[in-house]
Amino acid sequence: MSASQASLPKSGGAKPLPDELGHFGPYGGRFVPENLMPALEELHAAYLTAQEDPAFGEELDDLLANYAGRPTPLYEAKNLTRALGGGRIFLKREDLTHTGAHKINNALGQVLLARRMGKKRIIAETGAGQHGVATATVAALMGMKCMVYMGTLDMERQALNVTRMQMLGATVEPVTSGSCSLKDATTQAIRDWVTNVGDTHYIIGSVVGPHPYPMLVRGFQSVIGKEARAQLLEREGKLPKAAVACVGAGSNAIGLFHPLLDDPVDLIGVEAAGHGLDSGEHSASLTAGRPGVLHGSSLYLLQDPNGQIIEAYSMAAGLDYPGVGPEHSHLKDIERATYATVDDKAAVKAFGDLARYEGIIPALESAHALAHLKDLAPRYAKDDIILVCLSGRGDKDVSQVAAYLEKQR
Amino acid sequence: MNPDLREKFAAAAQQGRAAFVPYVTGGFPDADTCLELILALDELGSEVIEVGIPFSDPLADGPTIQLSSQKALEAGATPAKVLDTMARAAAKTKAALVTMTYVNPVLAMGYEEFARRASGSGVSGVIIPDLPPEEAGQWLQACQTHGLDPVFMAAPGTPMERLDRILAVGGGFLYYVSMDGVTGADLELGPERLAAMQRVRARSSLPVAVGFGVATPAQAAALAPVADGVVVGSALVRQVHQAKTPQEAVEAVRGLAGELRQALLVR
Ligand SMILES: Cc1ncc(COP(=O)(O)O)c(C=O)c1O
Repeated sequence: MSASQASLPKSGGAKPLPDELGHFGPYGGRFVPENLMPALEELHAAYLTAQEDPAFGEELDDLLANYAGRPTPLYEAKNLTRALGGGRIFLKREDLTHTGAHKINNALGQVLLARRMGKKRIIAETGAGQHGVATATVAALMGMKCMVYMGTLDMERQALNVTRMQMLGATVEPVTSGSCSLKDATTQAIRDWVTNVGDTHYIIGSVVGPHPYPMLVRGFQSVIGKEARAQLLEREGKLPKAAVACVGAGSNAIGLFHPLLDDPVDLIGVEAAGHGLDSGEHSASLTAGRPGVLHGSSLYLLQDPNGQIIEAYSMAAGLDYPGVGPEHSHLKDIERATYATVDDKAAVKAFGDLARYEGIIPALESAHALAHLKDLAPRYAKDDIILVCLSGRGDKDVSQVAAYLEKQR
Repeated sequence: MNPDLREKFAAAAQQGRAAFVPYVTGGFPDADTCLELILALDELGSEVIEVGIPFSDPLADGPTIQLSSQKALEAGATPAKVLDTMARAAAKTKAALVTMTYVNPVLAMGYEEFARRASGSGVSGVIIPDLPPEEAGQWLQACQTHGLDPVFMAAPGTPMERLDRILAVGGGFLYYVSMDGVTGADLELGPERLAAMQRVRARSSLPVAVGFGVATPAQAAALAPVADGVVVGSALVRQVHQAKTPQEAVEAVRGLAGELRQALLVR
């Protein structure tokens, strides 16, 4: 197989997506109760006018630079490259942002929109707690009330982040319905929004939800790919041959992919295979699911034959969501991006490898992208560049990984 | 032909009443008791009976209906089984039957197949809260093919131009959501809210049924003059949750539903 699967960019010349109703091919759209329609129109309009307003861009850029610590470094992982053999591995260091994950890019953008719309209260859902922490952080910064919905199962495995959110002044609301994790927290957040739509903005944490969220979150996360692309061109004088990111619901991956869509770059998303695809306990919605509607948009979903949503599983709390955003669903169908899977065991191995080879402890989520490099890197030539999104840092995961390794012994 | 929804509202109006539209969750507490509940609600003179097809993630529902859905699913409820219960009910009821569900279970069966089976099960109309008109193209076609009324919702924040678009594609009746909130939330019926309902009703070419949070005969009585119909869900489902036996559940629902229907007399 030739290293470059995507020799011709397939989106070139086509109309930009999403369309006016938020569709990416057959995916996306706006599948919500009527109460939310006016709020989504308002948000869409606010986003479009903010895009046109230089003052908005300036304030966001200032916060991204001086509060969040952007641009993030692009680091060439030479030891890891040597160990794996093949293409040169570059890590986009989103783990070095304030609060420790890419989630802050989106939270900052959305909180500025919320303020423009005159909203007084912020709500969010969270799985790993990284998006909850980012949201609690920006709410504190703007002096807004903040409530974060979190499944009780996730509160247990990400206790550190629960405390961080509380320290930041947010209320963490335990969710006990369904699987007690990210899917149910999202459902509960949407119910809150339906009820308090007048004064509340819902900062959704990934490229899911009704239009305009997938477009808007993509817009705020694209800073990842834009920076990395410019950094590579400046330093290496060339584009990467491949770009790799983990896929929970898909925001860090879209942020990396989107600015590269029209370039001849292989785009590879990595889903969580949990205990293995055959076990039924995984989060590989694109690989093993089929199209459906959840949380306001049409996308690939884990569901039973009757359309009931199946609980997702991954050791990485930020990946166990049973759907993947509409744009990824579309990129998969048109074969512009490909999606691989990595199980718990391989992710833990990659977690430890990066720590020892490079002195960097990655988030378990990001470790899924790293684990796929073992297969991927050798397929590329020695001077090819493989760009990897290191979406977050792993402090939150060290005790969980230690306990996992203890059990394996 | 399944019963005509508009005729049911017109018949109630002729008796000087707002139509009574009770809701039960399909398959809850079990399929047989659900059938008995429907028959009891028909016997006491409900014009339209709404039966929910449970979904794992019901966005528009509060804790009462969410829990009933979860329990129904755990007890093995599926769209096909709930439609089967409705078919058995339709053979005996005078009331028109509508089903309420979410878009994903419908998609899983396919819009066309779902409409065919629903219509064949005696269902007159279908309510899908997370399927607004702009996404409903294929669904509308399927409804037309199979003689089903696609029932759409409007909410307090719905602008008038949007309301017109909803009315243009909707059938049967307009489901007016009483407030920003989920089913079973606390409903306050201030003069502003009632006036908003009157404005919608004045504009509507379809009968308007008001629902979400209606729990007491007093609330039903307050709504009767401003609505063509009143929907009561969580308050009835709560009776089923609280009952110790299926028989107790049927009696408790019969009791509250009777009072609610009584309260809908306008003149
Ligand atoms: C560090 C990190 N990476 C990735 C994800 C997955 O989200 P997404 O697929 O939206 O990037 C999360 C979610 O919590 C996360 O915390």
